[in-house]
Amino acid sequence: MRLTPTPAQTVGPFFGYALPYAGGEALVDRSHPGAVRLHGTVYDGDGVPVPDALLEIWQPDEHGGISQQPGSLHRDGYTFTGWGRAAVDGVGHYSFTTVEPGSTGDGVAPYFLVTVFARGLMDRLFTRAYLPADPSTLEQDRLLSSVPADRRQTLIATREPDGSLGFDIHFQGAQETVFLTYPNTPQFTGPVE
Amino acid sequence: MAEKNTNPDAAALSQAEIDAEIAAIHGEYRAQRDAGGQVETNARLNFPPYRSSLLRHPTKSLHHADPEDIELYSPAFGHRDVSPLEADLTIQHNGEPIGERIIVTGRVIDGDGRAVAGQLVEMWQANAAGRYMHKRDQHPAPLDPNFTGVGRTLTGPNGEYSFTTIKPAPYPWKNHNNAWRSAHIHFSLFGTDFTQRIVTQMYFPGDPIFALDPIYQSITDQAARDRLVATYDHSVSQHEWNTGYRWDIVLSGSNRTWAEQEEEH
Repeated sequence: MRLTPTPAQTVGPFFGYALPYAGGEALVDRSHPGAVRLHGTVYDGDGVPVPDALLEIWQPDEHGGISQQPGSLHRDGYTFTGWGRAAVDGVGHYSFTTVEPGSTGDGVAPYFLVTVFARGLMDRLFTRAYLPADPSTLEQDRLLSSVPADRRQTLIATREPDGSLGFDIHFQGAQETVFLTYPNTPQFTGPVE
Repeated sequence: MAEKNTNPDAAALSQAEIDAEIAAIHGEYRAQRDAGGQVETNARLNFPPYRSSLLRHPTKSLHHADPEDIELYSPAFGHRDVSPLEADLTIQHNGEPIGERIIVTGRVIDGDGRAVAGQLVEMWQANAAGRYMHKRDQHPAPLDPNFTGVGRTLTGPNGEYSFTTIKPAPYPWKNHNNAWRSAHIHFSLFGTDFTQRIVTQMYFPGDPIFALDPIYQSITDQAARDRLVATYDHSVSQHEWNTGYRWDIVLSGSNRTWAEQEEEH
């Protein structure tokens, strides 16, 4: 049996009192010995920060393990659930506190799966934020190596001087983020380049 | 042709001008579909009559990815996360909210027909006057002190969900001059793979604003648009209490290879 999926519609501007929740951006506490900040800004096609976007991340733990523990909406301070949700602030900036994901297999470079929602965006966009690593590790990755070389950098987080990971999202423009589509998940962009 | 005004709050164009843009896109779509082209089952990310999409859609084709381990799983939710009381939006405050009490119920299944059980369903909506409990919503309609408009639940063993709420009203927005949104409830859903994640909106049957609403019309295919409209179901209505709507949600197919014992229950 094959059923046609229900179409998506925009999250709209007024999700702010409904989807974000206390602790949504903190997958671990800041005092966790492996805690790292993943943060960045969401930009529109004019390079202007988007003030009404929402990001979610979904990731393995430091050892590459995938959590199936409940507790993502009510953080107990101990359980790593692998999932986080953060709205951008008034200047388009988001911030997660988490641990760096481990690799889930041979030849798979570690990454955060990132989902972007926003007013004006009819369906969520998927992308990946890879950990910055030595070029040979990244070159071996199946997905990264399939992306044109001149756009690959949009999928790799930057190590900031303070040790945090910077990852900006650009909906359009010279630095347009590579957004991903998967088998069985139809998305229609409309006219593209 | 003059460059499009990309300010989503410009309210510059008339409804007739927006209607003409929608009709042109839908006409082109029907022609290419009738000529054997692809049937579009989803909204277009780039739908110019919805002005906010102009600067926020990808301009390059989405890049095909084969899901890897983390993408084949989804976060787990349980009653640690969601209280059963959160499915009733009419009991969150000290008094009765104003408006038509409704139950919205249905099933969440995936593209392979499997029930999506034990997963989180979140919803949010405007009140009976068409206003959200959100400080940026400055539309001059009354706020209801007894209605916040946020609900959550977990799907049951057969993928079923049910919310008790108040029927939301249409509301104005600034996409164009005299722009109104069809009444709707936002839904956020997870599947068994993270690639099934979806946010969408449920609409009410017979809404006179459907044809005028560029967000609803961003789905170019009529059959696909119809999938967002609930059905009035008198068996869900209750004597002296509420009217009832039924709306089933189909997530995309799973990308996971299912073990036999998982398929049996």
